Amino acid sequence: MAAQTIDLGTSRPNFRRRATNFVASTGMVLAFIIASIPLAFIIGYVIKRGASIVSLDFLTADIPRSYRADGPGMGPAVLGTLIVTGFAALLAIPLGILGAIYLNEYGKQNVFARFVRFMADVMTGVPSIVLGLFIYTAYVIRTEQQTGFAAALAIACLMLPIVIRSTEEMLRLVPDELRQASQALGARTWRTTFGVVIPAALAGIVSGCMLAIARAAGETAPIVIVAGITFESNRNLFEGQNTTLAAQIFRNAARPFEGAQDRAFGAALTLIVLVFIFTIAARLIASRFSLARSA
Amino acid sequence: MAAVAPPAPIESDPTVIEGSRGARMDTAFRVVTIVAALAVLVILAFIAVSTVAEAWPVFREAGLSFVTEDNWNPADNQFGGLAFIYGTAVVSAIAILIAVPVSVGIALFTTELAPRRMRTGITMVVDLLAAVPSVVYGLWGIAVLAPNITPLYKNIGSAVSSIPVLNTIFAEGGTGRSYMTAGLIVALMIVPIITSITREVFATVPQGEKDAALALGATRWEMIRGAVFPHSFGGVVGAVMLGLGRAMGETIAIALTIGSAIRISGSVLNSGTAVPEVIVLQWGESSGTYRAALVGLGVLLFALTIFINTLARAVVARAELRMRGA
Repeated sequence: MAAQTIDLGTSRPNFRRRATNFVASTGMVLAFIIASIPLAFIIGYVIKRGASIVSLDFLTADIPRSYRADGPGMGPAVLGTLIVTGFAALLAIPLGILGAIYLNEYGKQNVFARFVRFMADVMTGVPSIVLGLFIYTAYVIRTEQQTGFAAALAIACLMLPIVIRSTEEMLRLVPDELRQASQALGARTWRTTFGVVIPAALAGIVSGCMLAIARAAGETAPIVIVAGITFESNRNLFEGQNTTLAAQIFRNAARPFEGAQDRAFGAALTLIVLVFIFTIAARLIASRFSLARSA
Repeated sequence: MAAVAPPAPIESDPTVIEGSRGARMDTAFRVVTIVAALAVLVILAFIAVSTVAEAWPVFREAGLSFVTEDNWNPADNQFGGLAFIYGTAVVSAIAILIAVPVSVGIALFTTELAPRRMRTGITMVVDLLAAVPSVVYGLWGIAVLAPNITPLYKNIGSAVSSIPVLNTIFAEGGTGRSYMTAGLIVALMIVPIITSITREVFATVPQGEKDAALALGATRWEMIRGAVFPHSFGGVVGAVMLGLGRAMGETIAIALTIGSAIRISGSVLNSGTAVPEVIVLQWGESSGTYRAALVGLGVLLFALTIFINTLARAVVARAELRMRGA
């Protein structure tokens, strides 16, 4: 603090001002503590309750039909989470990256690109349950059955704007000199994009997509609306109902039976581990290989 | 200079023939990317058309009473959703009132107070807070928070029982599952959203202005009030509105912790209901017009969140523009 090194006799703030400053600073530290204590509690509690039930058997066995039954299984939900989220990623990531390429490499600041950018931001805020209702009215009613594919469609809608905006941010970090160098060699925009821009931004794009997957894996509401429920593993996305870990946590959480509660916490631990692995890996990839760091 | 041979005319270059193929490729690729970008607009439009069409019979039948009446009785084809709208408003208000000071505090702690080495750690904690799926917050809320907070609610209830107004707002409820519990959980969920945007906004305050305030003898807090807040007010308002949009749409955590009582209660310690909560809880047992009414509630939620988010994004964009200009 430069001000305090100049002693003008009156430069030391009076007591009231110092007290206010102290209270405000304490408040800031407190705010951080207030937010981190529940986080620690939640993670700690989920690990404590979940660790007692999660085992290889838990991850593969079928789900008991009765809430009262004790013991494992979440196998169908583990499989459902993986294939629904995976297929949603398969739909949303290519589309999102292409959209981002348009925004940053072709559209730039034209009216259409600015409008799409704005609406993608707005779409990020659409509640997931609305996306579930959308897929229900537009798809499930017509095919007359709830499927894992319907859930994947809803989740893909949720991921699309996240992928677009994070990819665009990464493309924007690629220095224009690289594009100019490529164009000076005679490459057209599409070759420049695939040969120079995408490789340069790859780490950031991958990291953004992984964060989108992590967010999507924990979504519950659309699954409840469009995927239904299954007690045995269903590998087929297009036939028959499906379920995910998140949907199973929701289904079991409000039941007053020990067995159901245990399964809910086991599923929660599995889901949290899955999501955290993706989140932390994404951060590591971003910080190790990011352009922002090297540039 | 004259000795240098002029470059070969491009027309004679054999690669040009390939080049015209390249030009076609480029056009094709451009069209593909435009279609991908268009997908966002098409999906948004399709959401509106598809859900409104499904809910239309209910809207026509119920008219304005869909949002102004408090009589949700699917068996008698009565669909007045006021109790849900009220619940969503109360829970969002509680969440915002708690989350905003905490988020602004964390953002200030990160940008102004914490040593540089601690900042990554703080950001990591906030990121993890955002990464926990909402259903896990709900599970914790119903299994741990609700049963353990009941005594506290009872104490608050009896402490204010003789004070007017407060004895209505904090009248003792039955269980720990209430507007307040749901609000607390949602507050936890929107803290990361508000914090991350607020932090970015604070980080754009010019160092010169902060140094100037400190050089005039301001304490750190006076510097924040005089230099940081005026500069970032717009951005913070936008961040709060984004948090509000998220709070209104939160479904699962609220469904597990609000207690699911379809009524309008003046006390935040009572159990209640909310728009997304009723959709997801009654979905399985609904069919026909009943189900269409639930889709109608979804349309309402869609319209509300689109409105709030559009406004929020516009505010943030304007604030960013002004900050870059400054």
